Amino acid sequence: MFIKNIAQVFRELSKQKLRTLLTLFGIFWGTTAVILLLTFGAAVKANSSKTMHGMGESICVIWAGRTSISYGGFPKGRNLSFYKDDAQYLKEQVQLIDDISPQYSRQVPVKVKNKKQNFNINAVWPEFKEMRNMVPRGGSRFINPIDMEKRRRVVFIGNEVEKTMFGDEDAVGKLMYINGTPFTVVGVIIEKEQDGSYNGRDKDAIFMPTSTYLSIYGDRFVDNLVARAKDVNKTEQMKRAIVAAMAKKYRFSEEDTQALPIWDTTEADQFLNVFFNGFTTFLGIVGVMTLIVGGIGIANIMYVIVEERTSEIGVKRAIGAKKRVILMQYLIETFAIAAAGSVSGFLFSVVLIWGINQAPIEEFVGVLILNPAIAVTTIIIISIITLVAGWGPAKRASTLDPVVAINS
Amino acid sequence: MIKMENIRKVYDTGKIEVEALRGVDLHVKKGDLITVIGPSGSGKTTLMNIMGCLDKPTSGEYKLNEQNIKNMNDNELSELRNKEIGFVFQNFNLLPYASAYENVEMPLLFAGIGGKKRKEKVEYILDKVALGDRMDHKPNELSGGQKQRVAIARALVNDPNIILADEPTGNLDSKSGREIMELFVDLWKEGNTIIMITHDPRAKDYTDNFVNITDGCIV
Ligand SMILES: Nc1ncnc2c1ncn2[C@@H]1O[C@H](COP(=O)(O)OP(=O)(O)OP(=O)(O)O)[C@@H](O)[C@H]1O
Ligand SMILES: [Mg+2]
Repeated sequence: MFIKNIAQVFRELSKQKLRTLLTLFGIFWGTTAVILLLTFGAAVKANSSKTMHGMGESICVIWAGRTSISYGGFPKGRNLSFYKDDAQYLKEQVQLIDDISPQYSRQVPVKVKNKKQNFNINAVWPEFKEMRNMVPRGGSRFINPIDMEKRRRVVFIGNEVEKTMFGDEDAVGKLMYINGTPFTVVGVIIEKEQDGSYNGRDKDAIFMPTSTYLSIYGDRFVDNLVARAKDVNKTEQMKRAIVAAMAKKYRFSEEDTQALPIWDTTEADQFLNVFFNGFTTFLGIVGVMTLIVGGIGIANIMYVIVEERTSEIGVKRAIGAKKRVILMQYLIETFAIAAAGSVSGFLFSVVLIWGINQAPIEEFVGVLILNPAIAVTTIIIISIITLVAGWGPAKRASTLDPVVAINS
Repeated sequence: MIKMENIRKVYDTGKIEVEALRGVDLHVKKGDLITVIGPSGSGKTTLMNIMGCLDKPTSGEYKLNEQNIKNMNDNELSELRNKEIGFVFQNFNLLPYASAYENVEMPLLFAGIGGKKRKEKVEYILDKVALGDRMDHKPNELSGGQKQRVAIARALVNDPNIILADEPTGNLDSKSGREIMELFVDLWKEGNTIIMITHDPRAKDYTDNFVNITDGCIV
């Protein structure tokens, strides 16, 4: 009987072709808009944080700065520096630190066969790998503790370095002359997207153990430190503890914000989160607006249908249909119309998402994935709008005076 | 079965009040065939709507099967219409998109009667009004007389106590009108209680139980 009724709704709708078409299109387009916009927002967000995290997840890069407050007899404006044992010192002093590594760097000439070019050399600890997302290509590795201990002359190189110096050849196991000293390439980084950086991209850099580096160059100062907290949520406390420990060692004020500049990528994550949540919400609202317009269309069309079927409703009431039965009938019919529009919108979105994923724009938006949360959200939004749109006409149908209705 | 005492019905149409019924007393016993006659606008349909619990009187007492309908809510009245009363209208009022079978089935659906029993009842009653071979026809594939017989089947299907017919032959040619009249008489002879509004002069051939309404009063 309900099927019959719904079939009749569509027959009546076909009499109102333009109005129906516009309404169905409204719901169709609203559904598509909500799904697409939410999916798009989610994808852009995921993509941005992926490329952001190309540099490393929730890490702090710490530099030695210049004091801005006079303290302990020292005037302000004193230049600070990090020394060889500072990383070890902090690791012992600050319990919140999970991993830490010093980082030395300098530009040096590199030679392979007869190719010669300057590259940025970075000397780091093995811990650097996890923190800074140094993923070695299959069959290769990052520098390890034994390299450190034995001061091995090994390097881990960026994929662009490999391309420049070795062309299409596999660099792993080959020799590379750095400042005239031969080094064995033990690893090449996989291609990765990296938005944030300090002293160059990883793909253009060469990494070696600090022990080897110091035995050759003997730098006095460490360029910077990279640290990560055991618990991401305690990053703020870790930063304060680091400043405090260094303030004690180098005698500057803990309040001095210039003494140790720290780049905290978790801050960017938080900003990014807020930004993209806002972005997604905005896109969602645009879609919901479209759906609401569609909902108004549905309400309108249902009022017309109720109007046309007044006498039928009167007859049904006369032969014993309760108000509730009539109310349900028209609500279900409203949902049938909304379902027709939104199911087609849903399918269209799936096709569209597939199509967009074929286009070469992955770099900007990432891969669009219609996740279940978005699907469920969309369904809930459509259901609420449909219920609101259908309620008025259905209520009107169920409260018609049967005597008046029959004779209309 | 029906006991009406001093029933009044006033329609309040904004400015003017129309007094459609002014103190009607009426008793109907089980098995009666009553013919309501009277000039146009005299209040016949109004009386029938009140009898059928579609409308409530402005004042007066109406008892159907000893139950005072004044104290009933909309759900209870719907149920009463569904189980106790069968309506037949002048212009049939069938659902155009539903077959004869589906039209007759409808009161059983509202009564919540199960599928198998429903089928039995619908087929039995359509056979009874001689439409056993037209069950799948839509109203627009049926003649006026056949339509009215579907409507009568719909009124009968839930075994009501009273059948109320408002000018059931008004839209029919004389031949089908006579057939419908004879059908009602047959139903009456089987023990059904029937109240029929009619202008049909042939009514005199079948019954002498007339109620004449003029200007909202029984005369
Ligand atoms: N819903 C209504 N609102 C206002 N007045 C009404 C309403 N229904 C009926 N009336 C008035 O009540 C009076 C009685 O109407 P009713 O329909 O009962 O007459 P009737 O005897 O059935 O007439 P007919 O033979 O033409 O069908 C008429 O004056 C009519 O105009
Ligand atoms: Mg009338």
